[in-house]
Amino acid sequence: MESARSKWLWIVASLLILVWTVFPILWIVMLSFKQPGEIGNQKGFLPHHWTWDNYRTVFKTDLFTSALINSIGISVIATFVGVVFATLVAYAIARLEFPGKKLILSFALAIAMFPVVSLVGPLFNLWRDIGLYDTWLGLIIPYISFALPLAIWTLSAFFREIPWEMEQAAQVDGATAWQAFRKVIVPLAAPGVFTAAILTFFFCWNDFVFGISLTSSDNARPVPAALAFFTGASQFEQPTTAICAAAVVVTVPVVVIVLAFQRRIVAGLTSGAVKG
Amino acid sequence: MAAITMKKIVKRYGDGFPAVNEVSLDVRDGEFMILVGPSGCGKSTLLRMIVGLEDITSGEMVIGDRVVNRVAPRERNLSMVFQNYALYPHLTVFENIAFPLRLAKTPDAEVKRRVNETAELLELTEHLERKPANLSGGQRQRVAMGRAIVRQADAFLFDEPLSNLDAKLRGQMRTEISRLQRRLGVTTVYVTHDQTEAMTLGDRVAVLRKGVLQQVGSPRELYEQPVNLFVAGFIGSPSMNFLPASVDGTTLETPLGRFEVRDERKAAALEGREVVLVGIRPEHFEDASLVSEEKKAHGSVVAAHVDVTEWLGNELYAYVPYEAPDDLAAQLRELSRELDGDQLRTQAVVALDASSPITPGRDAELWIDTSRIHIFDPSTGDNLTRDEEHVAELGRLGEEHREAKRDAQRHAERPAPEASTSEASTSEASAPEAPTEP
Amino acid sequence: MMAAVQSAPAATKRRAGRAELSDRSRSERRLGLLLSAPAVIVMLLVTAYPLLNALYLSLFRYRITAPDDKKFVGLSNYWTALSDPLFWQNVFTTFIITFATVAVELVIGFGLAMVMHRALFARRTVRTAILLPYGIVTVISAFAWRYAFDLQSGFVNSWFGLGDYAWFSGRWSSLFVIVLSEIWKTTPFVSLLLLAGLAQVPNDLGEAATVDGATAWQRLRRVTIPNMKAAILVAVLFRTLDAWRIFDNVYIMTSGQQKTQTLSFLTYQQTITRTAIGLGDAVGVLLFLSVVLIAVVFIRGFRVDLSQVRGDR
Repeated sequence: MESARSKWLWIVASLLILVWTVFPILWIVMLSFKQPGEIGNQKGFLPHHWTWDNYRTVFKTDLFTSALINSIGISVIATFVGVVFATLVAYAIARLEFPGKKLILSFALAIAMFPVVSLVGPLFNLWRDIGLYDTWLGLIIPYISFALPLAIWTLSAFFREIPWEMEQAAQVDGATAWQAFRKVIVPLAAPGVFTAAILTFFFCWNDFVFGISLTSSDNARPVPAALAFFTGASQFEQPTTAICAAAVVVTVPVVVIVLAFQRRIVAGLTSGAVKG
Repeated sequence: MAAITMKKIVKRYGDGFPAVNEVSLDVRDGEFMILVGPSGCGKSTLLRMIVGLEDITSGEMVIGDRVVNRVAPRERNLSMVFQNYALYPHLTVFENIAFPLRLAKTPDAEVKRRVNETAELLELTEHLERKPANLSGGQRQRVAMGRAIVRQADAFLFDEPLSNLDAKLRGQMRTEISRLQRRLGVTTVYVTHDQTEAMTLGDRVAVLRKGVLQQVGSPRELYEQPVNLFVAGFIGSPSMNFLPASVDGTTLETPLGRFEVRDERKAAALEGREVVLVGIRPEHFEDASLVSEEKKAHGSVVAAHVDVTEWLGNELYAYVPYEAPDDLAAQLRELSRELDGDQLRTQAVVALDASSPITPGRDAELWIDTSRIHIFDPSTGDNLTRDEEHVAELGRLGEEHREAKRDAQRHAERPAPEASTSEASTSEASAPEAPTEP
Repeated sequence: MMAAVQSAPAATKRRAGRAELSDRSRSERRLGLLLSAPAVIVMLLVTAYPLLNALYLSLFRYRITAPDDKKFVGLSNYWTALSDPLFWQNVFTTFIITFATVAVELVIGFGLAMVMHRALFARRTVRTAILLPYGIVTVISAFAWRYAFDLQSGFVNSWFGLGDYAWFSGRWSSLFVIVLSEIWKTTPFVSLLLLAGLAQVPNDLGEAATVDGATAWQRLRRVTIPNMKAAILVAVLFRTLDAWRIFDNVYIMTSGQQKTQTLSFLTYQQTITRTAIGLGDAVGVLLFLSVVLIAVVFIRGFRVDLSQVRGDR
């Protein structure tokens, strides 16, 4: 019927969405190329004089470089351990009959809804008592436990879809149990595990509450927390442009992952969300 | 109620391929028209263009006396039964049937009355409060039909409505649909790929192939006087056999043997040709040993090697493989593929009397009723022996048939005092109110 | 009773069968628990102990700076919190933020889902673009929006001709920017859930409704939306709980000034900044209870089927 008109409507809508989602990111990028002196004088969207200075400043600041290393290290370790744990649970839930399956899933869900801030105070005390305060491990443990629910639900939804008879079929075809696992199950399960890893990484990368509460120095402070403290740490100029340069640096990996694995992320975020 | 007229309808998709090509078809008021053809022939697309779910690339679609090319589906006042029924899962059976009325803002009392009538007609009364998910396949089918008829639409459209049912239920629902249509007398277009449905339900059947209309006619006309190889092969099960034959005067040399064409009209069709395709329906063969001498005389007897037999109780199928020239064999295989079959070898299928003693693996004598054969042009596929007089007669016969069936349906229901039909119940309850059905 | 008498032989047979099975099922059980153990232990370690600890400490007057002054005060911390207008002001602020973000996100998210579902043009690009905000760190989103509205660096005022309007010196204008940032960052999640719901509604239904005489709006309201109720409720539940815990945006944008403190922010401020452990923990426990309350209302009241839900933030 009104196909020509509605086609244009959809195109306009798509363009609007592009602008809406990309615009704030673009804005941060623009700010990061402005000279610090422009803030407060030139109020446009585009930089008046393009400069790489902010990036140089940022990479010369120990606060940021150490935060970057902390963020990467902590997130990668937490992601790895979390996904391994989640894979074990999800495998058990998808394949084995044992009591407490439902309980584990409900418990995971409850944790996903947990107000993190309520725990920050007691954890702060506990960590100080046992010496985990302001260490990588002190962040890795809470990251793992709060990223686990997401990983468990995604993976068990995913594992439920795997045709496990394939494993037996491979054995009938002459594969050993190990070969059947290695050549049939691993390739089938890998995409799901990978998706869970991406989502877990995003979670860790995004954290702020634990980052500011359980650290006090360069030792373990991750980037989002460091950015918040960057504000006050200016001796000479407005830190705005430098903060933005740092923000762009930590946003780049996210953008790359989204661009490369868009399909997987969508599948992971929606898998099992609604009965399919 | 309304007639549906299609004038040179074309549907072209983005890639330029015409899914429906210059189809002109008249569906008369109150007629049951079947659209049939192998998968991908454009029959569903055509149906969806009638109802307005697909745009028409060119041509004219007229419903009643209105050109509807640019009319939104909801303005067309048609109702449709979908292949998967498309029942609204969140609504009860009652609300599913009532849905079109609710959209039309019909008053509550009226909705209730009409839904109850419809439910009674389809024997759904006890299921009205259930959700579609809790119904059996046949019940869902009936709910879908209920939603279609509750509204008194100008025409009913069916898109392979029985294909999701098992064989037994399909048979029952088929008669149910037929009875309902005759009774309501509403113009109906019905898409199917099942030829039993096509033959039993339709007043007329339209055969489509790759978006092009091949032939429209009564089921009997299609069966007895097909216009070309495609229609001949598509209608009838098992399919018509096509034997390559070289012409020698009025004698045909086929892989199964030589025989003479005695019918003058048919013999005339052979004139000036070297090669033809001979079409013989399986049931026009018989075991020669079971045929009386008198009958034998107006046919021909050939010797054939029977490969496999299938005894079905009421008849016996025998398979006779034969060699065909490569080019014709390829053409026949192509045809078979187009008809959704996949015949690997050239073989004739013959249907014999069940008492035939023919054994597989042996040679046998087969009698062919040569008066019933068709002769096709191998290059164009046209039927060279179509009998226009007979076609006209069949047309008349079909028309009479249709009238008779409808009258029978009406007479069967009107006087029956205990009939639990809507007319009966409403007129009893509230006599002055006019019955809804015409 | 009857059945038990009648099926006595069958019962013994079944018992035998169970005994036979038990070896295998017992080892399966053990393996299942073994595989689940690490994850469950970590989750318990980080939640159960601190929560109980918080409950315990919330009954004391206790500051880290004065550890010797620790004193059991019963429920008086709760009383202090609940009788303080500041607490209720924070509850109100949190409620406003939650209500506004969820309502707006549901509408925008539905629009985005429709576009992703129907878009013929650049489908992949649109999906990728929608995922970007999901991946961006919340703190960075907060900075981006703050700087956009900031008097010193922002372009918003000059673009919209607002002159020197100071967004962050009023309560409602501050909340507006906070909500905006939250919406930008989390709408993708909502739209993806709704998209999954939308994909569950068979195409047939829409077509059937069209033939039945429905307008586009009637189709949406009477067929599409009722059939994706599950997805909508799941999205609302998760986003409500998520917005109720909002912290990052408030911290970065206003640090709780201009009466923009939320419950999470208050808890953080009491426990970490002011090191008033007892009082802070009491607020934390109240926050926890409010989350439980919301979840129960949703699950019981709206019958969100949690077997269809996956945990997420």
